[in-house]
Amino acid sequence: MKNILKISYSIIFLLAGTLTVNSAEKVDLLKTDWSFKGLFGKFDRGSLQRGYQVYTEVCASCHSMKYVSYRNLFEPGGPEFTKDQAKAIAAGFEVTDGPNSDGEMFVRPAKLSDKFVMPFANVKAAQAANGGAYPPDMSVLAKARSGGVDYIYSVLLGYEDPPIGVTLEDGVYYNKYMYGNNIKMSEPLSDGLVEYSDGTTASKEQMAKDVTTFLMWAAEPHLEARHKMGFRAILYLIILTILVYFSMKKIWSRIESEV
Amino acid sequence: MSDHEYVPASKFGKWFNDRLPLLSLASHLTDYPTPKNLNYWWTFGGILTFCLITQIVTGLTLAMHYIAHADLAFESVEHIMRDVNYGWLIRYIHANGASMFFLAVYIHIFRSLFYGSYKSPREIIWIIGIIIYLLMMAAAFMGYVLPWGQMSFWGATVITNLFSAIPLVGEGIVNWLWGGYSVDNPTLTRFFTLHYLIPFLILGLVVLHIWALHIPGNNNPVGIDVKKPSKDTVPFHPYIVIKDAFALLMFVIVFAFFVFYSPNILGHADNYIEANPMVTPAHIVPEWYLLPFYAILRSVPDKLMGVVAMLSAILILAALPWLDTSKIRSAVFRPLYKQFYWILVVDVLVLGYVGAMPAEGLYLLIARVATAYYFIHFLIILPVLGFKEKTIPLPLSITEPVLGGMPMASAVKKKESLN
Repeated sequence: MKNILKISYSIIFLLAGTLTVNSAEKVDLLKTDWSFKGLFGKFDRGSLQRGYQVYTEVCASCHSMKYVSYRNLFEPGGPEFTKDQAKAIAAGFEVTDGPNSDGEMFVRPAKLSDKFVMPFANVKAAQAANGGAYPPDMSVLAKARSGGVDYIYSVLLGYEDPPIGVTLEDGVYYNKYMYGNNIKMSEPLSDGLVEYSDGTTASKEQMAKDVTTFLMWAAEPHLEARHKMGFRAILYLIILTILVYFSMKKIWSRIESEV
Repeated sequence: MSDHEYVPASKFGKWFNDRLPLLSLASHLTDYPTPKNLNYWWTFGGILTFCLITQIVTGLTLAMHYIAHADLAFESVEHIMRDVNYGWLIRYIHANGASMFFLAVYIHIFRSLFYGSYKSPREIIWIIGIIIYLLMMAAAFMGYVLPWGQMSFWGATVITNLFSAIPLVGEGIVNWLWGGYSVDNPTLTRFFTLHYLIPFLILGLVVLHIWALHIPGNNNPVGIDVKKPSKDTVPFHPYIVIKDAFALLMFVIVFAFFVFYSPNILGHADNYIEANPMVTPAHIVPEWYLLPFYAILRSVPDKLMGVVAMLSAILILAALPWLDTSKIRSAVFRPLYKQFYWILVVDVLVLGYVGAMPAEGLYLLIARVATAYYFIHFLIILPVLGFKEKTIPLPLSITEPVLGGMPMASAVKKKESLN
């Protein structure tokens, strides 16, 4: 068993090494308690639904979410709107389809199977409308920034006046947590910007937390299934390992030796 | 080998075995006499076989859904993650499997270094191992390109550009590798093809690796030859099989933690941004398992010499059986080598650390010192040590330390009192 300990130590040592390398951050990010962290982490349904509201009312005018489908909105492990709600949400958007039997393209209301309709036709159009900066697609944004959800949450709340001596160009804002501190997006959230239907007070922090939770789900729609399966798989493996350990002891007891 | 006398019990078995001795092979594999004092560092061979098979199986499944096209690759990966049944599981096993594979192979290599498993008569096993390791690096690098994220694209650009350091023909070679004038769709499709091919080459080499191993048999922690079969050995099945299974399960638990609870921690966030030839990421870093070599590459100011140094750092390992002049295999009986061994381990970890840091200031200085030491270890310390070192006397057989409880100390004492 001594050797096993040694092996485990070296594995932990090696991995700890790489982790510290990867998570080297300069500024301490704002922290909040995320319900989806940890072994049994799950999304907060209410937060996801509110987050979706913030996304549609605030972010979606510039930020696309092209890998997420309307059907995902009612699937298990997500915001879990009802199927009818999701249908109604989809029907509020228009998509170009076709060609039809006459060879014409036509516009129809979006269906559950459609991906989220993008605010701009393409990257160039998005850049032209946003002072040359492309508002990144939000489908996997929560995984595409080091610091992840903490980083996004911090950036949303990190707007402040530039320190003395720092002059900003037109259309550039100062953000304490953004890489390089310059951001071309104006402060998106302010207290009471949206009106939550469930009565939650729409403070800046609350909206930032809700929309970030929503972004985490968008990036990792199977997170709950993963945590659930992970717990079962690891429990199973541990039991099996114990059984195999005793089988091994038994088998090796036939000869004078130690395992 | 002892399996020549094997005769199948059934008539059909005998008939078949005379034509294709598969049953003899199976009998050889199960009876294969293995030193009974192998410790858990010896279980990583089996673990690596598991890793290879896992990568092949998950990789085949991913290839059914992945689209190797510059415009569609990133999207197809998201399709796998979202819409393919358990696609997220398969992809996370494959992505983290690469890291686990390298973790296991590094332990396997460093076990070999500690116990002198590369020494006569096992040089061919060792050299095949180095070729497998090189192929693994190629496969991992090309696999990392396939999701077509920012790190994929820029990693591919940096690494393929290394070939431009070759005098005269460098540029031509790089264009040939790319299939164009920059990393683009033709690069992606050929990388996918090669990424699909290499694991099967590795599989073939693994067969040779094990074949070559079964000629002299396993080395062991004491590092002396064992008579086989004898009371020093146990048949591979069930003794080693069950022990390997136990170790493998422990390994799989660690593996599962990554897959289910931190699937992206070993990757780089930038690779979830689709490749954009117009935007260079702030820091281009390879995956963790390539960092020590990346550090060596960057520590040399000249591009060509940097590439030469990086390649030499790997190829020097192939010459190791001849660079190490000591006849004693196990570091247990080489007090000085044991210390230098641990310094080398630290040196490689330091190289890995500075490889992830920007190549400037103190980091660059540390990288240079660590690179120099890496080569000094293999080119100067090892050859000299074989002549200068005063080794501890070897026991007569492995049974001695095995039965003595505390392995080495008691064996050594007995030997000394005999002298």
